[in-house]
Amino acid sequence: MTGTAPSLPPPSAWQMYRSMVGVGLVCGLLVVTAFVGTAPIIRRNRAEALQRAVLQVLPGASSTRSFRLAEDGHLRPAGATATGDQLVHAAYDDRSRLIGVAVEAQGLGYQDVIRVLYGYAPARDAIVGLHVLDSRDTPGLGDRIETDPEFLRNFEHLDVALSDDGAELAHPIAPVKRGARTASWQVDTITGATISSTAVATMVSRSAAFWVPRIRRELAALEAPE
Amino acid sequence: MEQPIPPDPTDAPVPLGEEFRKGVWRQNPTFVQVLGMCPALAVSNSARNALAMGLATTFVLVASNVAVSSLRRFIPRQVRITTYVLIIASFVTIVDYLIQAISLDLHRALGAFISLIVVNCFILGRAEAFASTHGVVPSFFDGLGMGAGFCWALLSIGAVREILGSGTLFGVQLFHDGFQGATVMLLPSGGFFTMAGWVLLLNAVEQRRSRRAAAAPLAAEGAR
Repeated sequence: MTGTAPSLPPPSAWQMYRSMVGVGLVCGLLVVTAFVGTAPIIRRNRAEALQRAVLQVLPGASSTRSFRLAEDGHLRPAGATATGDQLVHAAYDDRSRLIGVAVEAQGLGYQDVIRVLYGYAPARDAIVGLHVLDSRDTPGLGDRIETDPEFLRNFEHLDVALSDDGAELAHPIAPVKRGARTASWQVDTITGATISSTAVATMVSRSAAFWVPRIRRELAALEAPE
Repeated sequence: MEQPIPPDPTDAPVPLGEEFRKGVWRQNPTFVQVLGMCPALAVSNSARNALAMGLATTFVLVASNVAVSSLRRFIPRQVRITTYVLIIASFVTIVDYLIQAISLDLHRALGAFISLIVVNCFILGRAEAFASTHGVVPSFFDGLGMGAGFCWALLSIGAVREILGSGTLFGVQLFHDGFQGATVMLLPSGGFFTMAGWVLLLNAVEQRRSRRAAAAPLAAEGAR
């Protein structure tokens, strides 16, 4: 003998509204509470991570200040937790002398957007360090842009001297095949990670062409005491 | 007028230890049910990432199981899937904020796969197949057991891939400096190979155990 369970009557519209709106309300409260509770910690983590990255690309720095490029072309101080475009981070030694400026650049890699931070030292007319902030390129291949010591050595003294009129780079940064580097403004790419390493060289080239002339013009603002 | 809901026959006591153990071994979501493969293969290229993804998924699974079970008499069947997805998505968003607060590097390593926990089929599967028809305590143990099973499965895949691919375990160097890891182990294909190896090994263990269990009564009878 087989028996069937008594079927429940269909729910009313009120029951369905009540459950969905009720659950939505509770879920909304939970999500917003979690956001409000974690937002200051996340902001602090981001600021600390950026600070670490700036100190890494500009060795010898002990403090940093952020500046934003205003519409009039001048650099103006921004808060320590400022976010968004048109930001640069000036780094100072323990006597508050300007060591260099860290600039973020981004471009399309093999799988997704790659974000890097590079350090520009005006006194040396060169990029003196590079740190990959975000990359989803292939583990073991594309991610060598973060770990390959020979590739990273390209950015320990990458010539970004300006032309005589100070409006553009005298020699645009150029990616070349590994081992073919003959000039200090060229970047040796990585065999097996050609697309990712070329993307890094290209994004730094574009960013430096934009930022270096402007930073040069605004050195007085960057060197001014806080 | 609202109709009274009859008592739930599935509220009968269930051995909680068994609810926990079934997810860890007999119904392991990764090695037996072969569910949630997307994070299992994509994120398990290191033991640390695998463990973090396992723990994040366990949190969402336990929390959503408890919430669905608590609200099972309040949610009409017609809108249950929508409501379950809303509950799961909320817990995933919370875990996403928590991971960002704990470690930005970890959040970066897990990437989009944290958000994709929302569509991990075994979380919705447990909500629908178990939590919606069982009490809060058994649902908690079911989620904990399934989460623990997912955790150790991911960790065992991640550990093998990290050792063979990078020569490290939890970032600690295991071999000499000149060790050249097998890059394929860090790619998704390495995840498939490792997963296949573990399934093969665990099936062999399970078959051997079944054969022994079947042979034991016959041996006892023969001895008599």
